[in-house]
Amino acid sequence: MPVASPPPKPDVPGPVRARVEGLGEWALLKLERLGFAARFFLAILRFSGLGIRRFGLVMREIHFAGVLSLVIIGVSGLFVGMVLGLQGYETLVRYGSAEALGTLVALSLVRELGPVVSALLFASRAGSAMTAEIGLMKATEQLAAMEMMAVEPLARVVAPRFWGGVISMPLLAAIFSACGILGGYLIGVVTIGLDAGAYWSQMQAAVDFRDDVLNGVIKSFVFGVAVTWIAVFEGYDAAPTAEGVSRATTRTVVTSALVILALDVLLTALMFRGT
Amino acid sequence: MADLIPVRLDDVAFGYDPSKRILEKVNLTVRPGQIVALMGGSGCGKTTILRLIGGTVPASAGTVSVFGEDVGVMNADALRRMRSRVGMLFQFGALFTDLSVFDNVAFPLRECTNLGERMIRDLVLMKLQAVGLRGASTLMPHQLSGGMARRVALARGIALDPRLMLFDEPFTGLDPISLATIGRLVRELNDALGASSIIVTHDVQESLQIVDYLYFIAGGRVVAEGTPDGVRASEQPFVRQFVRGEIEGVVPFHQQAADYRSELLAGAR
Repeated sequence: MPVASPPPKPDVPGPVRARVEGLGEWALLKLERLGFAARFFLAILRFSGLGIRRFGLVMREIHFAGVLSLVIIGVSGLFVGMVLGLQGYETLVRYGSAEALGTLVALSLVRELGPVVSALLFASRAGSAMTAEIGLMKATEQLAAMEMMAVEPLARVVAPRFWGGVISMPLLAAIFSACGILGGYLIGVVTIGLDAGAYWSQMQAAVDFRDDVLNGVIKSFVFGVAVTWIAVFEGYDAAPTAEGVSRATTRTVVTSALVILALDVLLTALMFRGT
Repeated sequence: MADLIPVRLDDVAFGYDPSKRILEKVNLTVRPGQIVALMGGSGCGKTTILRLIGGTVPASAGTVSVFGEDVGVMNADALRRMRSRVGMLFQFGALFTDLSVFDNVAFPLRECTNLGERMIRDLVLMKLQAVGLRGASTLMPHQLSGGMARRVALARGIALDPRLMLFDEPFTGLDPISLATIGRLVRELNDALGASSIIVTHDVQESLQIVDYLYFIAGGRVVAEGTPDGVRASEQPFVRQFVRGEIEGVVPFHQQAADYRSELLAGAR
């Protein structure tokens, strides 16, 4: 048996070393992409002047991202409100506080479900469409053609879509919450037979404009920025092939969902601590 | 005067991957009024040369000059000014799919000028008339054939009366009539605008009829050049093989690979 084996040379690649190297390479790539996304965000802000000067470009995007999402947002809001009405009544009636149904429905929607669910729906409907549209424009050289015409694609294509999404998101969240409250009313008052005056007055007394409504609006604005940024970035960064656009669209929906939920935890902790 | 030379490449090198250059030392000149063809096998870097001229990618070495100005040192404003004097026709037209034919041609006029809508309307109709598609102004891009889309893209490319036109494979995938139409339009519009043009193409016969000068690119360099008559008469092996479309010659049919027999036998072991 040998007395002592020589220590392994540090430059000998082994499976562990290869894995660590692979992990490091992956982390560096992700970090680089994150840095690119941050620079892209700053570039969007820098090229937002055209969208402000020609607000029609942003209005067009509000139409595509916002107006055309109204049906899915409205119907989903109504259903979510109905479910809240049913589940809320079941629980509240056990404690003899069924009249507080309006408060429960409104606070749940305005603080949480309105901003979060409408942002998730927005990412699926409008965010994915934005990514696919920009990705296809890249794949079919439309962005390159624009650049060669001395027109900056970030100013003409990306920034108006970004602002269209950011403006639409809080409005959609408000509509979602309003439809949800109506859904709760349909279940609680029309179907179950609770007193309409109690439903509305309890809601009016319990929902605070600054703490509840304004915080909800801030949440939906932050989600709007995050989702639209992810959507336009993924489209712009998509590989210019059918597969590349398809992967980018999927990434938009998945990343948006995770970012919305993570941001929601953070914002809720900051906004509603102790209230 | 040197500053009137529309395009000049001096010892230009480029690689998308820094370790692998696709252009090694390219020298070429496009003189005023000329139509110049860039020819060579697929992937030899012809389209990249157009991108270098348009300033969408920077040269790794050498100088790319457009109208006497070095593209490599241009700032964003100078690039924009240069590009407003350059029109480009992309391989499949790159029309904006959400805009009608009329709005596609009007796009550069609306974005890059302060002209009123009535003036823009007249200019668009004139450009569409020049390519024979005034009657298609209300159609959407998906309603056009490949040849029509290419002609609309050409009308859009000349909307700002460019002094230099860049054509990326303008004849690819066209039927013989459309191909001849595009070829004729390229020549006529170049002469009518007093512009210069660069055509990246594989179509030898059509090019020889309309261009003034040809460059052949291979291995990242210009391997041959000359006028159409000179090219037709050339005995240079690469030019002969390319012009006659011969399968075997200096450009091999097979991609470089390990020995065929030993590779097959290695799989049997």
